[in-house]
Amino acid sequence: MSAVEGDSWRGLTLSQYFICLKGIIWREGLRFLHQRERFVSALVRPLVWLFIFAAGFRQVLGVSIIPPYETYVLYEVYITPGLMAMIQLFNGMQSSLTMVYDRETGGMRTLLVSPFPRWFLLSSKLLAGTIVSILQVYAYLAIAYFWDIEAPPIGYVTVFPALLLSGFMLGSLGMLISSLIKQLENFSGVMNFVIFPMFFASSALYPLWRVKESSPFLYDVCELNPFTHATELIRFALYGKLEPTSLAIVLACTLVFFSGAIIAYDPARGILARRGAATIRT
Amino acid sequence: MRDDVRTLTPALDIQGVSHRYGARKALNGVTFTVAPTSFTALLGLNGAGKSTLFSLITRLYATREGRISIYGRDVAREPSAALGQLGIVFQSRALDTDISVEQNLIYHAALHGLGRREALACAHAALSRVDLADRLHERVNKLSGGQMRRVEIARALLHRPRLLLLDEPTVGLDVKARAGILRHVRALLAEERIGVLWATHLIDEAMPGDDVVILHRGRVLAHGPIHAVIARCAEKDLAGAFRKLTHDSGSEDEGAAE
Repeated sequence: MSAVEGDSWRGLTLSQYFICLKGIIWREGLRFLHQRERFVSALVRPLVWLFIFAAGFRQVLGVSIIPPYETYVLYEVYITPGLMAMIQLFNGMQSSLTMVYDRETGGMRTLLVSPFPRWFLLSSKLLAGTIVSILQVYAYLAIAYFWDIEAPPIGYVTVFPALLLSGFMLGSLGMLISSLIKQLENFSGVMNFVIFPMFFASSALYPLWRVKESSPFLYDVCELNPFTHATELIRFALYGKLEPTSLAIVLACTLVFFSGAIIAYDPARGILARRGAATIRT
Repeated sequence: MRDDVRTLTPALDIQGVSHRYGARKALNGVTFTVAPTSFTALLGLNGAGKSTLFSLITRLYATREGRISIYGRDVAREPSAALGQLGIVFQSRALDTDISVEQNLIYHAALHGLGRREALACAHAALSRVDLADRLHERVNKLSGGQMRRVEIARALLHRPRLLLLDEPTVGLDVKARAGILRHVRALLAEERIGVLWATHLIDEAMPGDDVVILHRGRVLAHGPIHAVIARCAEKDLAGAFRKLTHDSGSEDEGAAE
């Protein structure tokens, strides 16, 4: 019984789990506040699309009445949900970048050496990143409001769970990718091969029926793209409606990406173990 | 005396641990213990396998061969109980530099399930111990390298671990800061009665009365009180013993591992 003798370990209580979760969210928030450039650029990016791109394309692209819209809508109104999803996409990839950076500097090890289970630490981190992305989205919506992009008041509430889910999906995708990147330098490649294709081959900028007219193949690609479904989930939720197919696909993708990330960061099976000390410097 | 040894659970117990990266064996049957309230210097050149060993102890990756336990808790089977008793200072800086010392400590405490109030109470004590109590509200990037290290030590002790691991903690520090860190850790050991495992390639960081583990190319060449290791090698000092041991086992072939 020598193992128990003098043992100071008392186990983790539920309230300690809560403290840990709160701490991770708080730190992510602090970090965000201290990186003002990050906030500004996160906000400027969709606004550039809104103010410049959408204004220019307004005349070129007519949008017919498609659900959830009940009238003709301006192009700015159409692309707003896509831009909201874009904020979350960038945010998810950005936190994945932070994780690669943290892994190189040791911050990630500080997290992983905590006595809480790893799945809990990773999901807390994911939730923290998602909350930050939702703050950005609401800041964007506030500015868009003055640009006459108004959703029904209830929409601002009903969009919240949709944002939570899409943020989780895109965040776990980022986390999964972070475990596959060996070093920071490879990250711009990920930007080009993940962010741009996901964004452009989706319903964010143009309704899919228009895509179908020009290229049935591209249409299929868009339909398979999880980002399309994140966008549609947000679009419908912003008008107080639910898109069941998108919800199912976003849920399924979240599950797949997150399980992948947990496996990747698992000490026994993960990529970390195989790659070894050469890239994960202490 | 034998009885004493048997009833006292080691702070850290490493039994037959091997680890390979692909074909390269980074650790080969490593076995040693760190007694509670002791300073054990883990001596090894770069590439000896020190960082790999630390990664296994902290469960960054799983131990595939052998067994590691912290105060009798197996790291693989009871990771929470094992890691909860462990404090660690990594070789690379692991503080958030753009937030304050206090905020870093609160975050770390939360990762160990300590609430803000408890954290603040402990933070003051932990910082006083490393002479930095007045820097609580300072941003980390305003501190010197040596001060950051001391904050990291304070942070590692915040949740009152009973085993403290330090991976080359004096790398990149000047002579004075280096001596300061060593002095602080040794004082802590006496006050807090914890086990300390200090990995280094600097032989002069070990002192008479310490235990030493000499790790070379993934194998433990010697383990025990310094004087005993010196005597066994029939040398005058630890540096001589280290040279003799590592020379005997060869060091020219096979590349560095870290």
